[in-house]
Amino acid sequence: MLSPYLVITVSFIYLFILFAVAYFGDKRAEAGKSIIASPWVYGLSMAVYCTAWTYFGSVGRAASSGIWFMPIYLGPMLSMILAWLVIRKMIRIAKTYRITSIADFIASRYGKSPLLAGLVTIITVVGIVPYIALQLKAISSGYEVMTTPLDGIVKSPSVWWSDSTLYMALILAGFTIIFGTRHLDSSERHEGLVAAIALESVVKLLAFLAVGMFVTYGIFNGMSDIFFQASAIPEIKALLTFDQGRSFAYTQWFAMTLLAMLAVVFLPRQFQIMVVENVDEQHLKRAVWVFPLYLLLINIFVLPIALGGLIYFGNAPVNAETFVLSLPLAQGQNMLALFVFVGGLSAVSGMVIVEVIAISTMVCNDLVMPVLLRNTRFGERSGGDLTALLLFIRRIAIIGILMLGYLYFHLAGEAYALVSIGLISFAAVAQFSPALLGGMYWKNGTRDGALAGLSLGFAMWIYTLMLPSIAKSGWISEDFLNLGLFGIEWLKPEQFLGLTGLDNLTHSLFWSLFINIAAYVAVSLWKRPSAHETSQALLFVDVFERTHIAQPVFWQGRAKVTDLLHLAGRFLGEKKAQRLFTDYALEVGANEIENIPENATLVQFVETNLTGAIGSASARIMVASVVDEEALELDDVMRILEEASQLRAYSVALEEKSRSLEQATKELQVANEQLKSLDRLKDNFMSSVTHELRTPLTSIRAMTELMLDDPNMVEEQRLEFLSIVVAEAERLSRLVNQVLDMAKIEAGHAEWHSNEVDILDLIKQSVSSISSAYKERGVVLELHTPKQVPLIHTDADRLIQVLLNLLSNAVKFAPEDKGKVELHLRDSTKGITVEVIDNGVGIAPEKQNLVFEKFRQVEGETNNQSGTGLGLPISRQIIEHFGGHMWLRSEIGEGACFGFFLPRKKLDLSEKS
Amino acid sequence: MSKTVLIADDEKNILISLEFLMKREGYNVVVAHDGQEAVDSIFRVQPDLVLLDVMMPKKTGLDVCQEVRANPDFKDMFILMLTAKGRDTDIAKGLAMGANDYIIKPFSTRDLAQKVHDMLDKA
Amino acid sequence: MLKGMTSQRLIALSLTGIAFLNFPLLALWDKDIYILGWPLLPFGLFLVWGLLIIALVWVMEKRKPN
Repeated sequence: MLSPYLVITVSFIYLFILFAVAYFGDKRAEAGKSIIASPWVYGLSMAVYCTAWTYFGSVGRAASSGIWFMPIYLGPMLSMILAWLVIRKMIRIAKTYRITSIADFIASRYGKSPLLAGLVTIITVVGIVPYIALQLKAISSGYEVMTTPLDGIVKSPSVWWSDSTLYMALILAGFTIIFGTRHLDSSERHEGLVAAIALESVVKLLAFLAVGMFVTYGIFNGMSDIFFQASAIPEIKALLTFDQGRSFAYTQWFAMTLLAMLAVVFLPRQFQIMVVENVDEQHLKRAVWVFPLYLLLINIFVLPIALGGLIYFGNAPVNAETFVLSLPLAQGQNMLALFVFVGGLSAVSGMVIVEVIAISTMVCNDLVMPVLLRNTRFGERSGGDLTALLLFIRRIAIIGILMLGYLYFHLAGEAYALVSIGLISFAAVAQFSPALLGGMYWKNGTRDGALAGLSLGFAMWIYTLMLPSIAKSGWISEDFLNLGLFGIEWLKPEQFLGLTGLDNLTHSLFWSLFINIAAYVAVSLWKRPSAHETSQALLFVDVFERTHIAQPVFWQGRAKVTDLLHLAGRFLGEKKAQRLFTDYALEVGANEIENIPENATLVQFVETNLTGAIGSASARIMVASVVDEEALELDDVMRILEEASQLRAYSVALEEKSRSLEQATKELQVANEQLKSLDRLKDNFMSSVTHELRTPLTSIRAMTELMLDDPNMVEEQRLEFLSIVVAEAERLSRLVNQVLDMAKIEAGHAEWHSNEVDILDLIKQSVSSISSAYKERGVVLELHTPKQVPLIHTDADRLIQVLLNLLSNAVKFAPEDKGKVELHLRDSTKGITVEVIDNGVGIAPEKQNLVFEKFRQVEGETNNQSGTGLGLPISRQIIEHFGGHMWLRSEIGEGACFGFFLPRKKLDLSEKS
Repeated sequence: MSKTVLIADDEKNILISLEFLMKREGYNVVVAHDGQEAVDSIFRVQPDLVLLDVMMPKKTGLDVCQEVRANPDFKDMFILMLTAKGRDTDIAKGLAMGANDYIIKPFSTRDLAQKVHDMLDKA
Repeated sequence: MLKGMTSQRLIALSLTGIAFLNFPLLALWDKDIYILGWPLLPFGLFLVWGLLIIALVWVMEKRKPN
């Protein structure tokens, strides 16, 4: 055992660390640097689903019925698969209309009905109370296991003030108050709290995995060992079969999975975390698998711990629900047990804090406020700021809810296992599903339908599940349970209308949901919805189809800005309201608050912001009290909708136009850049051409002037000069021709005469016309070609031009007298490859990509007077025209290899030119 | 003793004509075929005047000019740039690098001879 | 909303999950066999669970080609 002081001290330290994290998170959020803006944090915070139920209850459940703890986690797995479709829509609706609770969501959908909001709140409070009791029960029994000697007997406290559970409830209430109601926020978002919850999720997972590892590998020799030993004990081995003698086992399995599927969405804390606290819809993308993965990890060791505990303790009276604590304690691992206890505390505190905050908001906004607001005296008296009152109501609600939980713990807690208590709550929140899901996808669902479905479903739940749970604990007579209400047999709450065979949960779930859905659909179809209901239905069902600016505003009448500002000030605080209105004025283009146009949009703006603070139903009442409304008819709804869709069409068109303008601007910019760079290129080109033209001209002019000045020049000298003049003149004309050629090809004006040609023939022609140059320099030319090559479609003259260019370059690079040039021709089905290889000095790698640029003659050419610097660029243009490509491979000292590939089929790309 | 002129140009034919011209005007002539050779020859021969082409392999005329002028021994040597590009920026660069004057290709042999005489005979 | 490829994949996946985690496919695992030390039934449940998560990761994290 551990000292109570140690356990209590550690618990408090842990809770204060959590509070510090939450405080830090809030501060960062105020500074605009959210620490929870991550899909991982979002996914982890969803794991607030794992409460004491998971932490202690699952092991207990597994120890009594094997794999039957699992449906509660398989349900969320299935729900998360559909979350991207369903929960994303809920998030979008809640964000668009500032909905901050599940009661508000349902009420808002059905015409902002205060009655509906109140009903949902009552169902939630009554339904969740057992769940809170479960947490209290788990943590107090955990505490007792921690602080009682191993062989000691846990004794119940004799007087109420020595009951540790009561103090636990009060401490949790205190923490919930400081976590959740430090200030009033019109969006009801608690960034710091979410950060703390995500941290708690990590702690409880680590603690549970730690004890799982310890039991599996510390006490036993791994999972196989546990399962092997378990299979030797008949009673334990029986746990590993599916039905274990239940009737309708698969139906029960399905019912529990379905229940968990619904609960993971409709539990107030899950709605709070998944929908209200969501930072970014896109986070859902990752969270939908992070959360199920978390569930899988935290469940892996449940069965080994449960079976291990059963084997280890044998017949000793140890509660299986506290195996996670008693196993380490029995082994003397006190610190591990303490860590696990802190993990359990995480599970409990996370659940209680978020759940109770969510419910207290609902109680305040949807139960207390509407009553207060209807009271005329209150309305007259409370001209001033109401924010303090709102916070006060919430704090009282928090304490009240925890006290109810404590009460239920005493009423029914002893008789039920943790999991059974939790399932009662699950069945209660499942009642929301017809009205809520129906409301999101079915426009015809009406307020009356929702009211009928919810109240009948809830009544059925109370009668078939809640009351029996209290009766079984002995607080009310069990007669109605065993004999039926008033002794009428077919009214037996657990065998309603004589339906037998099902377990009480499946039985209750079937009847309550069946009656709920039937009433919702039947009543909805009975009568047409009112205009207000229709307008809300449209806003909800079609939420994805409207952009923000084209949301229709279903309101008509007259309003005064000053009245609305005053109203907002009362619930949001003077300063905040002033700031909201100033921002709004800027948004609509009014320079001052007084100049804001007094129209439906303004009314809606105020109502939406009030909704965040006091719920949609209360906001509706308050706004209606200060403005002069005209009744909305169905025709008006249709007209407004029509206008909105026109507006939407305009805005879409406008968006399109501005997008295309943007596009055009961008294209123009690109074009301009291209022109500029072309201009630079042209400039460089002109300068290069000028240089190339002036060079031979210089020689010609100098030589001729020299001859002119000196009539008595030696004959030999004169002849040399004249031959130079002729050579330079030839160079000039060649240059002019090539520049023109290049210009034509580039501009696409070149003439191409393509036909089927024999490449071997072209090579022969080229070689014969250049052979004199090779002889002159004493360079050997070797040809390596196949004997026959299929005809190829190309321009014969152009190809000869390319071949001559390559061959003449090669002979210039090859060393005089020892030079050798090889021409290789390879043929394939795709096309032909020609390579010309010399044994000259080669070209440095950094210069290789320059050789194909215009006027870039490679240095080291021994005799470059005949080069124009245009041969290779032109050759490349020609080859590329026919869909081929040209390359150079070379290393310094190893010679150079110029080659090209010419496809048989011209690629479509170059077809245009 | 007659003065020495170094001619640096990578165009063989221009080199031939300039060599002929300078010899005719009565100067000793040394030739260089690229920038590096020009620098080496200048330091070795210490000519009185250099006819320096701008566009040369290995080292451009501008580089040669800068390198030579960096040595105080050569600050009085005449450098006459020969440029075929004729763009103002090229000329400005040459003068900034320390050339005394420039002449644009194609040039009049008479003008060139006159310029050379003006420089060398005044000094 | 049900037009997108992702939506259709998710709906198909959820139906697959419901089918594999209920009667009669679930009954196939209810046998006295051990795999890797685990009894077949919990092994099968965790296996299906894990595969569903992997499939969900694939659907949600797949980058759109455009």
